[in-house]
Amino acid sequence: MAYSDKVIDHYNNPRNVGQMDKSSDEVGTGLVGAPECGDVMRLQIRVNPETQVIEEAKFKTFGCGSAIASSSLATEWVKGKTVAEALEIKNTDIVKELALPPVKIHCSVLAEDAIRAAIGDWKKKNNVAETAEVAVAAH
Amino acid sequence: MKPIFLGRVARFTGRSKFIASFEVEMMMSTLTNTVETQAGVTLPIYMDNHATSPMDPRVLEAMIPFFIEKFGNAASRNHSFGWEAEQAVENAREQIAKLIGATAKEIIFTSGATESNNLAIKGIAEMYKERGNHIITQVTEHKAVLDTCKRLEKHGYRVTYLPVKADGLIDIEDLRRAMDDKTILVSIMFANNEIGVIQPVAEIGKLCHEKGVIFHTDAVQAVGKIPVDVQAMNIDVLSLTAHKIYGPKGVGALYVRRRNPRVQISAQIDGGGHERGMRSGTLNVPSIVGLGKACEIARLEMGTEAARLTAMRDRLRAKLESALDYVEVNGNMEHHLPGNLNMSFVYVEGESLLMGINDVAVSSGSACTSATLEPSYVLKALGLGDDVAHSSIRFGLGRYNTEAEVDYVADKVIGVVSKLRELSPLYEMVKEGIDLSKIEWAAH
Repeated sequence: MAYSDKVIDHYNNPRNVGQMDKSSDEVGTGLVGAPECGDVMRLQIRVNPETQVIEEAKFKTFGCGSAIASSSLATEWVKGKTVAEALEIKNTDIVKELALPPVKIHCSVLAEDAIRAAIGDWKKKNNVAETAEVAVAAH
Repeated sequence: MKPIFLGRVARFTGRSKFIASFEVEMMMSTLTNTVETQAGVTLPIYMDNHATSPMDPRVLEAMIPFFIEKFGNAASRNHSFGWEAEQAVENAREQIAKLIGATAKEIIFTSGATESNNLAIKGIAEMYKERGNHIITQVTEHKAVLDTCKRLEKHGYRVTYLPVKADGLIDIEDLRRAMDDKTILVSIMFANNEIGVIQPVAEIGKLCHEKGVIFHTDAVQAVGKIPVDVQAMNIDVLSLTAHKIYGPKGVGALYVRRRNPRVQISAQIDGGGHERGMRSGTLNVPSIVGLGKACEIARLEMGTEAARLTAMRDRLRAKLESALDYVEVNGNMEHHLPGNLNMSFVYVEGESLLMGINDVAVSSGSACTSATLEPSYVLKALGLGDDVAHSSIRFGLGRYNTEAEVDYVADKVIGVVSKLRELSPLYEMVKEGIDLSKIEWAAH
């Protein structure tokens, strides 16, 4: 399969690889996917409690080149955005940016899931209501 | 003096000699888009010889006269063009027979091993349907066998798919237990194309002959690589192909036993009654000549080649195992093809590994590299978890690989696996002592 130049670039020079302190209140961690499915993404964000701006993002991914590129790109995109803005990122934006073929769309879905999971984790830690349902469930 | 066919042979003859020397030179010297490295290897490196092999220039040389100069139809009985072609075909039959301990009359030419497998299984099922309707095969066969059996199931045949043990070999006792008075055919491959394990073919043949059941083996990966003897191993029907043994694509053969017992096969292609009525169609003479030559070379050079490939394979394995942790070898390594090495680099996904070693041609059992998005059914049959199957790479060493290439590939794989493990959350978690099986994964 031929990869787009952008996928190859993220694969060769992945951005924001690493780990942040999971126990910190400022850090939200999303772990999505499953080893038996061939892809696992861990995306972490560090949010400024005053401004709700994502100041730092880190990832590690087990998966194909497109999965690595999708999560690498996701960390680039969430950085500097507020939590609310980051939730606006859609998997289709990732597909477009990386020119992913149809068979790799699930990689972009997983990256979107990872962003949401990381933000969800941060919200939970900081008692920020995510949705009405979550608020109810917390009772 | 040769008779003249339509008065054009003289011109053809001159041209074909020119083409012969030109083509062979091309084959041996220049390939486009290659890069020479400091390590003394030319990139890209081809290490996927189970998929197909490059042609041996000696095979090409043997074939060339049969395109333009000696173009006759081997079935033309009335002129020298036909006789010349027929003689070349019979010579190839001898060369093939000699490699597997058969007689020339027992060799049927086909378009390749997929056709050979189809012809063997469907042809025997049809011919012996009065005797029974039960066929036994096993789960790691090539799709050319499995899908043929599945089709027969739709036509009222009963098929038993034997499991394999964790090392990829069948249990001969499972086979014995599966046989009943309706069993007409056992089809078990000689050596596996993914994991290189060699099935206990001689034992299977012995058991089949005791029970009066026909034994077919898909020997595509074994013929020309390791000793195959249809007499000593009690093989009744055997599929082989040229392009895995440095011959041309699109030609293969089926060995069909003529004595003790005489095996009969219903033709699946009707026509002019070629190949003793078992496979009609004008013979592909140049390719058949190529297949014969490839078999002859294999027979003469197998001993030294197998030793060389085994040494290179072991070197590759040792280098990878000494530099990397969490590396698993897939399949029994004792009963194993010389040039095969199937390894899982756990916590690294196979396709991403292939992407990093893109100047080396190998295969992966990862779902991402398959059309079906399922990880290798062969590796799953060994009981490997999907995550380990996703991490597998098949190295297929062949005649033209060198030790320098092995060293280059080993270094490259070590470098890329190490890099991808830096990226792998699974590797990090395992290193921190987290049990991955205890995590509730959000499967999607």
